[in-house]
Amino acid sequence: MSLTGTDIRNLCFATLAFAICALLPFGDNGYWLGLGVTIAMFTTLATSWALFSGPTHYISLATAAFFGVGTYVTGLGIETLPFWSLVGLAGLIGAVLAALVGLATLRLSGVYFVIFTLGLAELVRQVITWVQNNTGQKGLYVLTDLDEAGIYWWLLGLAAVVFLTGWLIGRSRLGFALRIIGDDETVADHSGINTARAKVLLFMVPGAVAAMTGAILAPRYVYIEPSLAFAPILSFQVVIMALLGGASRLWGPLVGVIPFTFLLEAVSSNFPNQTTLVIGVAFLVIVYLLPGGFVGLLDKIMYRVNAKERS
Amino acid sequence: MNRRPFLKLVSALTIASAFAASAASADTIRIGAVAPKTGPLAGGATVTQWPSIYLWVDQINKAGGLTVDGEKMMIELIEYDDQTNPGETIKAVQRLATQDDAHFIIAPYGTGLNLAAAPLFDRYGYPQIAVSAITDQQADLSAKFPNMFFTLGTTTALAADVVKVLGEMRDAGQMGDKVAMVNVADAFGIELATAAKPLFEEAGFEIVYETSYPLGTQDLSPVIKGAAAAEPDAFIAWSYPPDTFGLTEQAMIENLDVKAFYTAVATPFPGYGARFGAAAEGVLGAGGVNPESPAFMEYAAAHEAVTGSKPDYWASATTYASLEILAQSIEAVGLDRAAVTAHLKDSTFDTILGPISFDENNSNPDFWTVGQWQGGVFKGVASRGRDGTVPVILKEGWE
Repeated sequence: MSLTGTDIRNLCFATLAFAICALLPFGDNGYWLGLGVTIAMFTTLATSWALFSGPTHYISLATAAFFGVGTYVTGLGIETLPFWSLVGLAGLIGAVLAALVGLATLRLSGVYFVIFTLGLAELVRQVITWVQNNTGQKGLYVLTDLDEAGIYWWLLGLAAVVFLTGWLIGRSRLGFALRIIGDDETVADHSGINTARAKVLLFMVPGAVAAMTGAILAPRYVYIEPSLAFAPILSFQVVIMALLGGASRLWGPLVGVIPFTFLLEAVSSNFPNQTTLVIGVAFLVIVYLLPGGFVGLLDKIMYRVNAKERS
Repeated sequence: MNRRPFLKLVSALTIASAFAASAASADTIRIGAVAPKTGPLAGGATVTQWPSIYLWVDQINKAGGLTVDGEKMMIELIEYDDQTNPGETIKAVQRLATQDDAHFIIAPYGTGLNLAAAPLFDRYGYPQIAVSAITDQQADLSAKFPNMFFTLGTTTALAADVVKVLGEMRDAGQMGDKVAMVNVADAFGIELATAAKPLFEEAGFEIVYETSYPLGTQDLSPVIKGAAAAEPDAFIAWSYPPDTFGLTEQAMIENLDVKAFYTAVATPFPGYGARFGAAAEGVLGAGGVNPESPAFMEYAAAHEAVTGSKPDYWASATTYASLEILAQSIEAVGLDRAAVTAHLKDSTFDTILGPISFDENNSNPDFWTVGQWQGGVFKGVASRGRDGTVPVILKEGWE
């Protein structure tokens, strides 16, 4: 692997940025840290989502399923296992589940895949409920000493791993294969790329990351129940944020997550009685005015500037 | 370009907002409230939680406010919708504590949302007088969150008193010992069923039919048909709001012939009595109040006058009582939150439910457990330490 000067510079900038972000809990231990946790959570989820859905154009609505599985791993294991091992275990289970789902569905394309991933959260939720119902499981309480700052650092660490993974994939043969699949799957097939294998491998990344995010956030929720762990709205929020930023660049989702988190915050504090309505209108405006996300907007501006220079 | 008008406007606004801020902090008590207005729990919260909060604020402000250190202070309510999403509850509580600088925060709605908020109430030192958070874990939770208080009872007490009521009916020769027991396959339904099953067996009941159904099931006729085929003397459903209505409707259609018919959550809602009318007569449900007590009657009349809707016959009054407790504590010791928490732990409060005090687990030991629709009103038939229980009547048909 050879690194160019630009690569090294980007890596240094990224490391510096993460180091600065990691200082947040020392600056504020309340409101802004709480927003920081939300931003770190959605950055992790949306970036890992875009790793798969960006190049392949497969819209996955399975985030809530993997996230819920992760919260349950922590909920069930917190009494017996150390927290860090639960996060790892959640990642492993998420990856295996994603592989199974991928094998079953990634040969399908387009809307079939979307529908299946949407149903997956409900399927997993019903299976867990069924097991709880038959074993007479009581409510799950996650009582730990992990505070908001600890959760924030865990999420930030995970986000760093996601960015690094994305960067490495982008430079690898797998990343190249996926871009070809995204452009034209038939061409990719004829060029000798094992498209199914490539897609399944990459789908395991958002699966594992979402499950780990769920496992990290479980102590924040204290009480785990299916209707809260598997809320489908999470899947949609992740998609909207990634699309607002733009899924075609590694940093794209990040520039969607930050403004969207502040937008949601402003809406829910200023319109307590119409929150859902205003969020819905915001969705529409984003889709109509920014179809390519901020990344698309930036590309357009750059293109215009360059065009002016040429003429 | 003349910049003066703009500058003037800005400085005027700055001064005005500074005045507004200082005025607000000087003579109002900022009370935060976060509960669902949308999402799965909105139906319950808009019957039980929000109207009682509005009523309480309205009454206090009409009376000139609360007396703090000899001075009358009005209440300013700051409310947020958490969309039945624990992440939003956490954000809202954080906002209330750090941005809005709320003096006190009313406990959220529902077990999951109350527990998601508990670490924040704990960290910022807010007393959390939880109502709609029924659990058996009071001891663990109050050890972990010493500011958290429980008012509505425990899961086991709720289940045990149903068994007790049925046991008394059987011992009086009013019915046999065959029970059909069903539950909604979701958190609270599973917990109640798990608690109830060994208690029924211990009390010598025979469970002739037992099943569960997923949350959100539309067609409940197989459940009622299955129960009817087992010819039980009593039908017990650990149910949630939508299926409480659905099961009752199916029981009417099938003309389920039982001496006791019990559905859990939402049975005490005024909407239940309104929807089923005379058919609701004799239906047992979770909760209850003493609807004949003058305090409750006065509360119910004010509730309807101020909010335009009737309170339910269980958690509404307890929600209001939790706010009475908060108000009495503030008047007793002022706006110091630690002092209010200490006051909560070792005082007895005079509420519309009667006297309330908290035990060593921060738990109110006196609460209603089972109620029954009798003559268009849901009356408490079993309680832990509450006055005014009425005798149980038999369920006689669905006409």
